[in-house]
Amino acid sequence: MRPRGAVGRRDGAGAGSALPRWVLLPAGAGLALFVLPLLGILSRVPWTRFGALLTSESALTALLLSLRTASVSTVLCVLLGVPMALVLARGHVPGTRVLRSVVLLPLVLPPVVGGLALLWALGRNGLLGPALSVLGIEVGFSTAAVVLAQTFVSLPFLVLSLEGALLSAGDRFEAVAATLGARPGRVLLRVTVPLVAPGLVSGAVLAFARSLGEFGATLTFAGSLQGVTRTLPLEVYLQRETDPDAAAAMSLLLVVVAVVVVVAVRGRRSAP
Amino acid sequence: MRTRPALAAAVTVAALLTACGSGGPPTGGDGPSAQERTLTVFAAASLTGPFTRIGEEFEAANPGVRVRFSFAGSSDLATQIGEGAPADVFASADERTMTQVTDRSLTAGDPVDVATNVLQIATAPGNPTGITGFADLTRPGLKVVVCAAQVPCGAATGTVESATGVRLSPVSEEPSVTDVLGKVTSGEADAGLVYVTDVRRAGDAVTGVPFPESSRAVNTYPVAALRDAADVPLAQDFVGFVTGPQGRDVLRDAGFGTP
Repeated sequence: MRPRGAVGRRDGAGAGSALPRWVLLPAGAGLALFVLPLLGILSRVPWTRFGALLTSESALTALLLSLRTASVSTVLCVLLGVPMALVLARGHVPGTRVLRSVVLLPLVLPPVVGGLALLWALGRNGLLGPALSVLGIEVGFSTAAVVLAQTFVSLPFLVLSLEGALLSAGDRFEAVAATLGARPGRVLLRVTVPLVAPGLVSGAVLAFARSLGEFGATLTFAGSLQGVTRTLPLEVYLQRETDPDAAAAMSLLLVVVAVVVVVAVRGRRSAP
Repeated sequence: MRTRPALAAAVTVAALLTACGSGGPPTGGDGPSAQERTLTVFAAASLTGPFTRIGEEFEAANPGVRVRFSFAGSSDLATQIGEGAPADVFASADERTMTQVTDRSLTAGDPVDVATNVLQIATAPGNPTGITGFADLTRPGLKVVVCAAQVPCGAATGTVESATGVRLSPVSEEPSVTDVLGKVTSGEADAGLVYVTDVRRAGDAVTGVPFPESSRAVNTYPVAALRDAADVPLAQDFVGFVTGPQGRDVLRDAGFGTP
């Protein structure tokens, strides 16, 4: 341990990278804020019954539903998000700043507000509800509603990652390809997309992870029924009422998935 | 000069931590003139309306006492009490949840039953689907929402189902009774099984349909002073006040039954 007086010492050489030592104190406190709750989960997981709890019928059903819906949501995010990112980064359309703010909105909205907003737009009594009923479509309480809620909250992650990748890649290669006679569609598929593939993958992984963790919008918009709308986070929320052990085991499962996702994205980033 | 940022950071952190910590109830200090005493009541979410009023009346009857509430699902509250939350009184929406607290000897004395509640069918205003009884809820195409079996209102729903032999196929089993009510008020569901007090509280937003079989599953609300209360006699006074004439009146006005 260094004496407190040494805190804040700056080295003469390589001063640009030196940090004042006191920064470590709040940084450490911040780290503890993340790590302690994780240790909290580990302290409550009933290790002897861990396997049995995770393979219970309700847990397995919820896990499978979560994986299915999060996969579909990720595909939707790619289908909708890639064009959105292209428009934001390359479209030169007026009002790009406003558009970007709108795309960011689900990121800062509380998910329960997102769920209510979806309900008021697509629910039975929502803006499009009557029109949808005429077509025989009722979104409420269906797995489709789960996917919509997940896509709503996850789309910004994909759009932002990809837009960042597009902006930092620049458009020099695209310009060259165009001067060589390639048509816009060919430039997009053969030059732009391969160029930003790492950004696209990390965006998709983040969107998948966010979909997997979605809770508030799902409960508000889709409800909670085993095998139809009750995803793993909803199952955790319900099980904690009567079986905190099961909730702890499933929480750990979600943490493990989150860690795998973070490592996958980091690995991608640091790759050349 | 050099140490100033460090000092500033340390002071800020210390100040924040103290600020966060000062919210707790006063502990110890049985001094001769404790000017203001705070009573912390953990109560089931369905008691929000009546308990807020009872709290005001208790404050008026006991100058210098401030009552503050934490309203949430009963089992959340029971868990928090088990984890050492600073509560003085616990009011649960069912006996099963109170047992979690009494089993660990966390109460000061036995819990007292203060109210009962029964289920009622909540429909859109005016009951457009014409529901007249419990068996109507199985009508094909009708979207019915209930509480999950893990929470008290869902347990009551299950009891009515087995008592009547009528099996429901709900479109959703929600984690709380307020979520069920929300699905009905938003129009997503045609009918929901909630407590009679929820229908009363929702006012014009829903129409309630009582059904006789609801008497097969009566939920009883026990209240208890807690062993680790900052001021156990004060907590017991509050329990006595809730079960007294003033408390019972308020609870009856909110639609609760008398145990």
